[in-house]
Amino acid sequence: MNDITEHGYSRRDFVKLAAVGGGVVFASALPGCAGIQQSTSGGAVNADFNFVQLSDIHWGYNNASVNPDFTGTLLKAIAAVNSLANKPDFVMFTGDLTHTTDDPKVRRMRLKEFREMASGINVPVRYMPGEHDAALDRGEAYQEFFGSAMHYTFDHKGIHFIVLDNTSDPAAILGDAQLQWLKTDLTAQKPEQPIVVFTHRPLFALAPQWDWATRDGGQAINLLMPFKNVTVFYGHIHNAHHHMTGHIGHHAAMSTMFPISPFGSMEKKTQLLWNAEKPYDGMGWRSIDAGGAAAPKWVDIALTKS
Amino acid sequence: MNRRSFLSRAALTPVAVGAWVGGAAYQATSQTAPRRIAIKASKFEFSPAEVSVERGSPVTLVITATDYAHGFNLSDFNVRRDLIPGKDVELTFTPDKAGRFVFACDNFCGDGHDDMSGVLIVREAPAGA
Repeated sequence: MNDITEHGYSRRDFVKLAAVGGGVVFASALPGCAGIQQSTSGGAVNADFNFVQLSDIHWGYNNASVNPDFTGTLLKAIAAVNSLANKPDFVMFTGDLTHTTDDPKVRRMRLKEFREMASGINVPVRYMPGEHDAALDRGEAYQEFFGSAMHYTFDHKGIHFIVLDNTSDPAAILGDAQLQWLKTDLTAQKPEQPIVVFTHRPLFALAPQWDWATRDGGQAINLLMPFKNVTVFYGHIHNAHHHMTGHIGHHAAMSTMFPISPFGSMEKKTQLLWNAEKPYDGMGWRSIDAGGAAAPKWVDIALTKS
Repeated sequence: MNRRSFLSRAALTPVAVGAWVGGAAYQATSQTAPRRIAIKASKFEFSPAEVSVERGSPVTLVITATDYAHGFNLSDFNVRRDLIPGKDVELTFTPDKAGRFVFACDNFCGDGHDDMSGVLIVREAPAGA
């Protein structure tokens, strides 16, 4: 009997994920993730690993009508990640680590507290800023706590990871310098190189009237388009959303702090009130299987009370 | 407004027209002088937050930022501009579709930025007008 579900995760995996304090709410293996198994040399990539995306933590947020457990949801997510039987190779935080504040001292305090809590994760962790962390001071405070690199690359088991910063400029742009940097980086890659991109905002114009866009994100997509295997994981919109630009998949993750109405469901962007009948509804995190099969696959895991 | 009525209304609106020309104002497509409407942009609101206009009649939004270099983005009509504190920024265009269209600040301006938005209400012109 085949133990693989239609989404590619085994039933045993689902049981394990459900047992760590979350409920699997969405799983997929969309075409945009296909083919992360070929290396630049043409040989097999050692991509049999998984990683975790945590997004939109908003540490410092304190609206109890939306999330009465605002000091607890990040810790719940961390506990769930730490208890995974199949340990991820790393955790990626895709921005909005803290909730914005106009007070630079409070901003630093929130960044410090967040860093202390994230240090409880029992696998390597990587970070990037969101506009709540970095837009008001162009990343000055963020860099004090997480280093100067707000856009960077790293390679892991044959996959080229690119972290793009579309938030430290308050105009929500990548900017010419970063785009040139991206172009230079991609020049060194072969067309078949598997690439995973992390951003905070969507690179495509999902909903500019809700400030869900990157003004020059289309230029980054154009630079990525020649590569056959590109997947973008992002945050910002506080709900799981999936979109294709050509063969490139763009996948937004849930927030651990509060859900926002999906675009089109309400006239204006709205934080969704706490539902006592369905506590933690719309909050969660994502586990991503990078390869080892025909296509990478992921599950979006909802936070639960326990 | 429930989701169904909102989506139904959105589905009835035709495709936007209008072209941005090098940061200049939009070209009005009517002989009528544009109606001028003043809007103030301040942390963290537009005032007025709702503006009513008629479909097919040119309009000039005169937007003044009072405290920050806010942005103004009315993406359903491809209208956006960076605002300059203390200066009037004029955006002229002719709405070619009726409905309710959200505009927002798209330069991150602080705690409350996410709520800084308004609605352009485009009504059908009265019959015989």
